[in-house]
Amino acid sequence: MDILIRGGRVIDPGHCDGVADLYIRDGKIAGLTHGGSRETPPTGCRVVEAAGMVVMPGLIDLHVHLREPGHEYKETIASGCRAAAAGGFSAVCAMPNTHPVNDCAQITEFILAQARLAAAARVYPVAAVSPGLKGEGLTEFGELKQCGAVAFSDDGRPIASSLLMRRALEYARGFGMPVISHCEDPDLSDGGAMNEGEMATRLGLSGIPNAAESIMAMRDMSLSVLTGGAVHIAHVSTAETVQALRQAKACGVRVTAETAPHYFTLTDDAVQDYDTNTKMYPPLRTQADRDAIRAGLADGTLDAIASDHAPHSSIEKMVEFDQAANGIIGLETALPLTLKLVHDRVISMSRLVELMATGPARVLDREYGLHTGMAADVTVVAPDLEFTVDVDQFLSLSRNCPFNGWQAKGRAVMTIVDGRVVYELDQR
Amino acid sequence: MRNKHILDMASLSLGEIKQILETAVRMKEISRRAIKKVPTLRGKTVVHFFYEPSTRTKSSFDIAAKRLSADSLSFSRATSSVVKGETLRDTIQNIEAMQPDVIVIRHSSAGAPHMLAKMCQARVINAGDGMHAHPTQALLDMMTVRERKGRLKGLKLLIVGDIAHSRVARSNIVGFQKMGAQVMLAGPPTMMPMGIEAQGASVVDNLDAAIPEADIIMMLRVQKERQKRFLMPSEREYANVYGLNLKRLKKAKQDVLIMHPGPMNRGVEIAPEVADGPYSVILDQVTNGVAVRMALLYLVLGGK
Repeated sequence: MDILIRGGRVIDPGHCDGVADLYIRDGKIAGLTHGGSRETPPTGCRVVEAAGMVVMPGLIDLHVHLREPGHEYKETIASGCRAAAAGGFSAVCAMPNTHPVNDCAQITEFILAQARLAAAARVYPVAAVSPGLKGEGLTEFGELKQCGAVAFSDDGRPIASSLLMRRALEYARGFGMPVISHCEDPDLSDGGAMNEGEMATRLGLSGIPNAAESIMAMRDMSLSVLTGGAVHIAHVSTAETVQALRQAKACGVRVTAETAPHYFTLTDDAVQDYDTNTKMYPPLRTQADRDAIRAGLADGTLDAIASDHAPHSSIEKMVEFDQAANGIIGLETALPLTLKLVHDRVISMSRLVELMATGPARVLDREYGLHTGMAADVTVVAPDLEFTVDVDQFLSLSRNCPFNGWQAKGRAVMTIVDGRVVYELDQR
Repeated sequence: MRNKHILDMASLSLGEIKQILETAVRMKEISRRAIKKVPTLRGKTVVHFFYEPSTRTKSSFDIAAKRLSADSLSFSRATSSVVKGETLRDTIQNIEAMQPDVIVIRHSSAGAPHMLAKMCQARVINAGDGMHAHPTQALLDMMTVRERKGRLKGLKLLIVGDIAHSRVARSNIVGFQKMGAQVMLAGPPTMMPMGIEAQGASVVDNLDAAIPEADIIMMLRVQKERQKRFLMPSEREYANVYGLNLKRLKKAKQDVLIMHPGPMNRGVEIAPEVADGPYSVILDQVTNGVAVRMALLYLVLGGK
């Protein structure tokens, strides 16, 4: 069906930002009419009234754990893709730490087949760097790319061997693909349960220092210089990493980076009641880190906001804090939490679109936006729509979210993939 | 204090701490009688749940419950369904279904008693959780000092050793300061937790310089396993640099009190002559432990 999105503020950074009508025909962007037109739309064309809304390229989440195959009680590809669409994401990158690990063509194909059946957000599989995430060799990058993998990562298992990381970057360069690095020196983390600092000391929990992240981020940037390979730093949580990125980018290093909404929203103060929904990997840091991340988002040091959607059930979360699994779900809160940065004037709406849509596309080296002829992946956002975050309304199968009950302002009201509406907020 | 959980020193008010310490003095008298038992808690059930090995604390709680005529039972990790893979949540809900009045818990995970308190009707008393808190130890330490010095206000407590891994240190830092004492900390920098100064304690670099100032010196147990994580070179070196021996003690005040929460490593953090010497109140601490735990059982079950 053709769609006319009428009278919204259409933002595609570097291309357009203003009130316009957006036409979608045969799954593609068919054109933009600035200032809006008075023409009657052709019969059979759906008209979406978007006055007061923001119309942007569909959001892309670079970092999602869909849990299938293997942990379908936490999330399935279908439930994850529906949750993504409800959060405004038209595409998600699926991390490979499933069971079995996505380290071969068959698993990548399975993921894509399940995603087609789900027919919600697109899935871009991220394949493992090493078979079984064991850090002992390289997976078959060439075949994985052919099957549809968009990047390589051993996410959740930092690549401790600098030699393996060097080879991964070199080998991936040959395919024009980035390596996504979960930066953490596991030896320095030493089994820590939260950020090392005053709060950990008060709570008697062992701490993970900032340096555990920044050491490896700096190593990976050095290896990028050595190899010319593109490295993408996942879920940046510390001020030191932001600073290192800023310097590296100034020197032209092929590095990109993402952070997650919890790192610019919460600090380790949130851990004070031993709520396992505040346990993440990397951990929530201090106010100084949060401020540095916000500055990095604003000044372009950070390229993307990714949810690091990590579904877990009560089996993993209703346990002692130090034994609880890491991570929170984020697909359905990432956009509202980022919109808060816009409302608080930390970033502009245009910058939000860069961080959540065009920036992630650039990390994956894809042409993306609202140019005529491009696939019609579009998100319509009601920036001022107030609502209460209610985990029981989530489409994700899991409920591990520290933002339950929060008052939020702004959310996606429509998500379009290939010209097809995959999510529409019921506003009755 | 009816309906109160005893989770850590931070959640006890100054008034509550004083009430506990005063009640403990009365309770201590019961232990001196020929018949060491009163019927106060007859018909009440106290469950001692020890996920982590303990001799002193477990028997102290058990004796305390029995002297007040409560029915008590204890089980440890090894004898519970935990070894069959049962979660803490399920274990607790099963105990709770048997309607105990108080659950005393020792657990290796910080925050486990807090998790329990959210799920339970019974009163929860923390008998030590990970590196977080050991409130009954802090209370018995304060009782012991008050008994000897008549006060806590204005005194200087010096805690020496592995502060980072010590729940005893954390609870005493909070407790003694609430009662108006000053707390100094000494030990290897590898064992000093980041940001501890934010809790009001001062970290001293030179142990020998701090000893003459201290009214109380509390030595902490140092664990041999710490060598594996590179926290110290050897027990020998530790004893040389941070151990309390007679030579070091010479510079202390004439009326200094030497404390240790036990179990001691004789010859490592404390020399035998110091542990057994005239300034040591280490066994008084143990005696007062029973009194403090009797007081807590009594108070959380509605006593005044």
